[in-house]
Amino acid sequence: MNVLQAAPGSAYFLDPSKPEIETHTLAVIVDNEPGVLARVIGLFSGRGYNIDSLTVSETQHEKHVSRITIVTSGTAAVIVQIKHQLERMVPVHSVADLTVQGQAITRELAMVKVAGTGEKRVEALRLADAFRARVIDAGTTSFIFEITGKSDKVEQFISLMVPLGLVEVARTGVAGITRGPEGMKE
Amino acid sequence: MATTEMTGAEIVLKALADQGVEHVFGYPGGAVLPIYDEIFQQEKVKHILVRHEQGATHMAEGYARSTGKCGVVLVTSGPGATNAVTGLTDALMDSIPMVCLTGQVPTHLIGNDAFQECDTVGITRPCTKHNYLVKDVNDLARILHEAFYVATHGRPGPVVVDIPKDVQFATGRYVGPKNIEHKTYRPKVKPDQNAIRAAVELIASAKRPVLYTGGGVINSGTTASKLLREFVALTNIPITSTLMGLGAYPASGKNWLGMLGMHGMYEANMAMHDCDVMINIGARFDDRITGRLNAFSPGSKKIHIDIDPSSINKTVRVDIPVVGDVAHALEDMIRVWKSKSLSLDKKAMDAWWKQIDGWRARDCLKYRKNADVIMPQYAIERLYELTKHMDTYITTEVGQHQMWAAQFYKFEDPNRWMTSGGLGTMGYGLPAAVGVQMAHPKSLVIDIAGDASVQMTAQEMSTAVQYRLPVKIFILNNQYMGMVRQWQQLLHGNRLSESYSEALPDFVKLAEAYGCVGIRCDKPADLDGKIKQMIETPHPVIFDCRVASLANCFPMIPSGKAHNEMLMGEDVPDEEVGTAIDAKGKMLV
Repeated sequence: MNVLQAAPGSAYFLDPSKPEIETHTLAVIVDNEPGVLARVIGLFSGRGYNIDSLTVSETQHEKHVSRITIVTSGTAAVIVQIKHQLERMVPVHSVADLTVQGQAITRELAMVKVAGTGEKRVEALRLADAFRARVIDAGTTSFIFEITGKSDKVEQFISLMVPLGLVEVARTGVAGITRGPEGMKE
Repeated sequence: MATTEMTGAEIVLKALADQGVEHVFGYPGGAVLPIYDEIFQQEKVKHILVRHEQGATHMAEGYARSTGKCGVVLVTSGPGATNAVTGLTDALMDSIPMVCLTGQVPTHLIGNDAFQECDTVGITRPCTKHNYLVKDVNDLARILHEAFYVATHGRPGPVVVDIPKDVQFATGRYVGPKNIEHKTYRPKVKPDQNAIRAAVELIASAKRPVLYTGGGVINSGTTASKLLREFVALTNIPITSTLMGLGAYPASGKNWLGMLGMHGMYEANMAMHDCDVMINIGARFDDRITGRLNAFSPGSKKIHIDIDPSSINKTVRVDIPVVGDVAHALEDMIRVWKSKSLSLDKKAMDAWWKQIDGWRARDCLKYRKNADVIMPQYAIERLYELTKHMDTYITTEVGQHQMWAAQFYKFEDPNRWMTSGGLGTMGYGLPAAVGVQMAHPKSLVIDIAGDASVQMTAQEMSTAVQYRLPVKIFILNNQYMGMVRQWQQLLHGNRLSESYSEALPDFVKLAEAYGCVGIRCDKPADLDGKIKQMIETPHPVIFDCRVASLANCFPMIPSGKAHNEMLMGEDVPDEEVGTAIDAKGKMLV
């Protein structure tokens, strides 16, 4: 039976005064046709939902199927509504709430440019090593680090770089996948 | 095969014919000329020339809603497409199946700010169920058939197909409609049987059940209405309906409570408030229905049958969701009910009906009769009495007259009532009536209109005259935007800002100018005779019914209030009208 059926009660018994905001990662499989990303983004802006992060890329070239990973925040009811609203779009094959399914791995890649000399430069390199960030470009006064990991790890690395001469950050946004042998329904 | 090679424009007409389309409502222009050239050279698809593209979309809506078929619209690029946006949005909100073909500038000019260019797919993305831009003529036939599939399957809605002019000229392969469905779009129509069983068991245990039905029953087809009547007869549960669902259960049926919601019946709203089991069939807990959400039917368990999973738990939390088509769900529920030989607690039901009869005794539609001035309610009552024996279809515009029509006109069958519910589009009714009359040339089609609304699309009278469609435009003329004025009286200290219809046209002369018949009536004693005259006129008629100018529409749930806090008609003193809505309610629409 539907997940929703498990939750009883009517509007009257819910206490709307303290809705808890949750952050969920949704994986959306779509036909890679023109305008599909605009459709998904338009749903979020049109209905007032939040997008914290969004990544998209074609994952099956022969079938022209893309995978969109969206990190969104809202109350539990809003998250379920977002999922259903996505599912009713014609080019959407399926939607998985990776946060509800649990056991999901999420990763993000960032390129972090840091400029400096002397002790700060050495410290930046030391911290990069501790975070397993790779140096992908180096000059006498600057580094570009590549770091991959969960968003909070990336976040922490960037904040540590601020006093050490952070210049610029490029982040990919979150990609996510579930553990185990099963793939996502297409 | 050589025979399957044809131009894009030929493909369009072939696809329409193969889809069984008989009527297309449209307006020509530069970017659709190749298609119009094909229309000229064939006879299967009849084109109805409108006067404004918005008119075409509402005609297609009226046509679709009165027949259950898909309405088809053909407009040009740029302004043609933007003018269609209101009707597309209306169709989306009310779940009306429609395919709208728009011309587009040639593909090599797209994005160049060409003459009559607009980003049609961009503009219509949020106001359609789906839309397409056809860039290759070899995709055209498939996309057209797919568009009809998407528009009519699952929760119906409008689909736009944007066709650049070079694609209309190019030669490509035609494929027939057989086996064409969308690659992945497969709306669920058969409900989960566990949910059905749970729903039936909950209903059987009810002491104060109520059925709350909506437009989904109409959209599901006439079978759904038959099954609904069977289910009501089987269980003896009282039934109410939204504006969009009127006619699914006959107004003469003994279980009928009348419409519910903001201007619904007292007994219907009280039953909703006090019920212990609510069975929502094909309705969506719209804000016009629920009133104040946290006081909406506080003591009930709720069952919600809807084909669109996103409707479930959107505003009101339900206990048993049933995702699927109404007809399938009702069929399953009736089967389970019968196989278990279930019945409701007789004693509890008797008490429930007794309570409902008590509410009915309030006679909430009561209004002060007047011998000198036509009361708008009286006008609709008479219109109903004089047309009820006939094959009648009713459309409306939006406002007070719409609510009076819903309250006082009694519908016995589905597909007889066409109104703009979700979007509330003034100007819907006149073109919708034209569309309905096109589909039912021998029937009596009446647009119950208001003096303000009717002016928004009055130009379509010309279409009615051109195609000899004898629509009757019955205007309740109170010289106000009545519903706006009513809200200003309720909310804004009776400051009637811009709601007076200054400089109204002479509707009788307007009718004559269009080449149809104008009738005016301002005395209650003359009303019957003039309505009969209108009915007997075999031409389009504009009926200027001069009604009491300051009558308001009651009963009413003021915004921000609950179902059991209705304002009743006669007994509302003026000072109470001014204070009926509190500060919080004023923020709502």
